[in-house]
Amino acid sequence: MTGRSVRLRTTWIWIFLVPTVVLYGVYTIYPIIASYWYSLVEWNGFDADQKFVGLSNYREVFADPLFWNSFKVTLFFMLLVVPARVLLTLLLAMVLNSPKLPLIGLLRSAFFIPVVTTTAIIGVVMRFILDPASGPVSTALTKLGFGGVDFLGDQHLALPTAAVLYVWKFFGVTMIYWLAALQTIPYELYEAARIDGAGTGQLFRHITLPMLKPFLIIITVLTVEETFHNFDLMYTLTGGGPYFHTEIIEIYIYRWAFAASIPQLGHASAAAVIFGLLVAVVGALQLWGVYAGRRLRGDQR
Amino acid sequence: MTAQVVVRTDRQRRLLHRLPWWIAALFLVGIAVLWIFPFLWMLSASLKDNMEMFAGGLKLWPSKFVWDNYARAWNDAHFGRYLINTVVTTVITVVIVTIRCATAGYVLARYRFRGSKVFLGVLIATLFVPTGYTIIPVVKISMQLHLIDSLGGMILALSGGAYVSAILLYYGYFRQIPRELEEAAVVDGAGFVRIFFSVMLPLAMPVTATVAVLTFITTWNAFFLPLVFTFSRPDLRTVSVGMQAFVGETATDWSGMAAAGVISIVPVVVLFIFLQRYFVEGISGAVKS
Repeated sequence: MTGRSVRLRTTWIWIFLVPTVVLYGVYTIYPIIASYWYSLVEWNGFDADQKFVGLSNYREVFADPLFWNSFKVTLFFMLLVVPARVLLTLLLAMVLNSPKLPLIGLLRSAFFIPVVTTTAIIGVVMRFILDPASGPVSTALTKLGFGGVDFLGDQHLALPTAAVLYVWKFFGVTMIYWLAALQTIPYELYEAARIDGAGTGQLFRHITLPMLKPFLIIITVLTVEETFHNFDLMYTLTGGGPYFHTEIIEIYIYRWAFAASIPQLGHASAAAVIFGLLVAVVGALQLWGVYAGRRLRGDQR
Repeated sequence: MTAQVVVRTDRQRRLLHRLPWWIAALFLVGIAVLWIFPFLWMLSASLKDNMEMFAGGLKLWPSKFVWDNYARAWNDAHFGRYLINTVVTTVITVVIVTIRCATAGYVLARYRFRGSKVFLGVLIATLFVPTGYTIIPVVKISMQLHLIDSLGGMILALSGGAYVSAILLYYGYFRQIPRELEEAAVVDGAGFVRIFFSVMLPLAMPVTATVAVLTFITTWNAFFLPLVFTFSRPDLRTVSVGMQAFVGETATDWSGMAAAGVISIVPVVVLFIFLQRYFVEGISGAVKS
């Protein structure tokens, strides 16, 4: 290859990268860095002047019990929803992947439908469906003789209820991941194993599971990542209540940055930076898990 | 005679063999109906008057169909306008994201150049960045660029968000395409751009379908960014923000709210049913080839 054509190629490579460099740079990379600066100033967002205050925003955030509360709520929520989303969807995907099952297309669509609907709207509608006074669920429970339950107003029930709704809402995404993973396993493999006399349990243990292992890691990583994006459902469903029991960190940040009468962007940014670090640590732990797992498997061989 | 008997037992055996599958399917249909019950309920609530809605409980069939709910949602609650805003925002964002992720994923997968490793590393490092973390600087820089309070600014912010997984999808796909294909195209005299647009991109159709569908869903569902981008411009709200505002403004009109919900959700559900066939075909096509 001549020097000119190499230069030309390099030019085209960068032209292909420009849209991502610009958009991703302005709306993701820059904000990640700028958050650190904003977390060191006192600033209400309207005035031009930003007063440098050092680490005092962090001291305030660390001293705020409500911040630690939102930290705990976020992690607890993750622990509630991730296993349910990853494992239950695998079960359903395996059932919906069997070619002998009738009505398969219809069933897949039905289980996927909540995903395409707007999360914020689901939150609002669910608030009414679960309304303790006049919602249909409460009416049904009363008719069965249980008495109304205030799912979203009760301090102990609100978070689990939100978790169930979250799993329901995003079930289809993970199901599609799994279906795509299952479809990479050639059906002939099962047929051949069956001819050799393998039972359903053996098929699962010796074909499905080993073939799915790499996908399990990827799907878990994606699912954990998605649970940190839960502002929409939580905000419309509970707004963080009752008494901050469902206030995830994103709502905490929103409250300080946009919902307060005098916005405190410095305080909110400090919380955001800590949130970003939390997400990064969890992500790094997972990637480390991937590597450790791979090495372990390598050692066994 | 004996042959007929054999045939019949054969068919019976096959029916018997199929029976558990039909029972399983019926069981799953039952679960599926429960699964989509909230939508059925919303649909029915959007056709009841407010009195019946409060008294009716779980009954799905309205005693009297009230179409006026839709007129109220469309005109008085401005859902006609919100719907247009949402469609415009979503369509443009999907186009931008698909193009930028395809081109970026392609060059990262096929070429080694100065900075390619760093580029990929930065992308993977930011795979987990949530909106709550970036929202404040995004709003601030949009204000500085005079892009806040506009659909254009909102579209740019949405397109610049974390679509790392889309880039990685393209990356993984383009990586496993054999070199010979590219070399053959070069021999035929195709340049960089031609190879991408007439060889590689058509091959990646299944990935494009997946990325487009997932981006469509993400953008249509977007709430955090549209919420803060339309604080002072209610006329630019998307349906998700409009719904939240509706509840705040007219807390008593629940059937109007249900109608607004149906208006917001039906287009995307219809489109999904239409696209899903293509989506599944695309994935199975990728597996076959």
